[in-house]
Amino acid sequence: MSKLRYLPLLLLLLPPFYLDLFWLQAGLFVMAAAIGAIGLNLLTGSTGQLSMGHSFFLAVGAYGYVYFAGESDEHLVGLGLPPVVAIVCAVVLAGLAGLAFSPIAGRLSGVYLGIASLALIFIGQHVLFNVHDVTGGYNGRAVPPLEIFGFTFDNSGDVAPFGIPFGGLEKLWFVGLILLGVSALFALGVLRSRPGRAMNLIRDQQTAAGVIGIPVARTRAAVFTLSSMYAGLGGVLLALTFQRAVPDYFGMLLALDYLAMIVIGGLGSVTGAIVGATFVTLLPQLLTRYSDSLPLVSPPGTGGVSPADAARYLYGAAVVGIVLFLPAGLRGLRIPSLTPRKETTP
Amino acid sequence: MTRFIELLINGLSLGSVYALIALGFVVIFRATEVVNFAHASLLLLGGYVTAVLHADLGFVGALAVGVLAAAAVGALIELVLLRRAKAPRQVVAIATIGIDIVLMAELSRRLGTQVLSLGDPWREKVVTIGGITVAQTRIAALVVAAILIGLFLLAFKYTSWGVSMRAVAEDSETSALMGIRLGRISMSAWAVAGALAAVAAVFITAFPTPGLDRTSSIAALKAFPAAILGGLDSVTGALVGGLLIGVTEALVGGYQNDLTFLGRGLGDVAPYVVMIAILLVRPSGLFGTREVSRV
Repeated sequence: MSKLRYLPLLLLLLPPFYLDLFWLQAGLFVMAAAIGAIGLNLLTGSTGQLSMGHSFFLAVGAYGYVYFAGESDEHLVGLGLPPVVAIVCAVVLAGLAGLAFSPIAGRLSGVYLGIASLALIFIGQHVLFNVHDVTGGYNGRAVPPLEIFGFTFDNSGDVAPFGIPFGGLEKLWFVGLILLGVSALFALGVLRSRPGRAMNLIRDQQTAAGVIGIPVARTRAAVFTLSSMYAGLGGVLLALTFQRAVPDYFGMLLALDYLAMIVIGGLGSVTGAIVGATFVTLLPQLLTRYSDSLPLVSPPGTGGVSPADAARYLYGAAVVGIVLFLPAGLRGLRIPSLTPRKETTP
Repeated sequence: MTRFIELLINGLSLGSVYALIALGFVVIFRATEVVNFAHASLLLLGGYVTAVLHADLGFVGALAVGVLAAAAVGALIELVLLRRAKAPRQVVAIATIGIDIVLMAELSRRLGTQVLSLGDPWREKVVTIGGITVAQTRIAALVVAAILIGLFLLAFKYTSWGVSMRAVAEDSETSALMGIRLGRISMSAWAVAGALAAVAAVFITAFPTPGLDRTSSIAALKAFPAAILGGLDSVTGALVGGLLIGVTEALVGGYQNDLTFLGRGLGDVAPYVVMIAILLVRPSGLFGTREVSRV
């Protein structure tokens, strides 16, 4: 029984064969957001360190990939590395950016870090808009498609398993699944072993953690670095899905979205991060798609409540409601037949 | 030299406005130990109400309504969220982000692409003294902020409200046992903070800024570094932090043509750089209480 309950996850392999591009793109956004949210949840949920700078590391990942994989031309610079190497480099770059912030991330606790990390957003935006060569300035820059051993993840080629033609998003779907799966398993591993326990103790009893020999500042800095690497990977997948990276996107609102995700899903849990990412990412897309048939929501540009605004009201309210009534997040809503009886809480 | 003095006066005036905002922020933190991430949207709300009503009620009337509205919403947040939430304070702080998301979405939807004037009586008039030209709004900001901060400090020191507030900040359990009603104290803190933010909205959006638009809250956000670099739990810190941020922003913004190698729009980033620099040396801010724990 215990292994069998993972079987439904295999259903995730099916969408590319059945769903249209809108849903595939939405799904890929969810996967990218989920990877980022898992990272933020390690930091905020499990270690108690608030971060408002998450969108900065997403940007580092996205532009890191574009820079390492892109080719130089008269306006832009790029190193033209193989995309797989570029992904690794981008994630490492995001990690280094997180590490560079560690003198702050290690010393400040909780909300203090939250406010201090606001700086990352504003300094980040400043840099993104000014480094035209790398980011393409205000209009952004096209993202080179992923390519693994000569197999390109775009609309080229003639790939049609079971008679269904596969374009870029279909192919990318499987890459997204693998990346998300590996990220989730890694985070679970961290949470269930020594570092996870150390992180939780730092969150709950910082003094006690210090007393039993946990290096508090070093652990905080390490978690911050790890969480920024997660954000970097999320950023790469986001860029690959968007196929264009625009600096404006990686602002304050995006950082708030990620915090909303982890609160809505459930603080400190990997499943929670995925659930929250799904909720916050899909909501605006769903409302946009069905804005014609929904009451109170009008299509963008007509002056009424646009779907994006409606989504913001809903998940803003969801954050407040969940803090008030469901402290464990949506993950705390248990469906008895799907959840195992015994839970090993990390 | 004239330019330097002009910039310095502008900086001090801007700083006093940041200090007003940061003061409310610190008051909330002292009374409830919650960081209010919805502060910028409270400011935007106060400003928006003032902007919409000033044609009908006149500037003073509209401002009064704006101040009341922001104070009422602040008190409402306290009543609905803070009193009921049993989650750790840090999680409640994230919940205020939820409120911020909702308020901000609604206000920016209403504002759209408009730039509203708040109808202040100083408009774009300037004063010239000894070759130094300063906008009247900047002087008004300094004077109003100084009066409000002075009043607040007097109330904080001498009234029974101020004494209870300080007692709660010191030890909320004991003060509750002594008969101080915690709910009232924290609600009044939120109301005062909202009111101060609404007043600050006037000067954040007045000349030389074009007016109230959806980016006004970005300016208001600079009160966050002001509050934290002074020390989140210190009233003095909020004042010093505010002035420091204001002067930095004005000077860096004024001389940015000499600093083009660092990119354009440097004035908006400088406050955050200063914050990081100070936090590196003093993690609890300039005047904040150092965290000391005994075992």
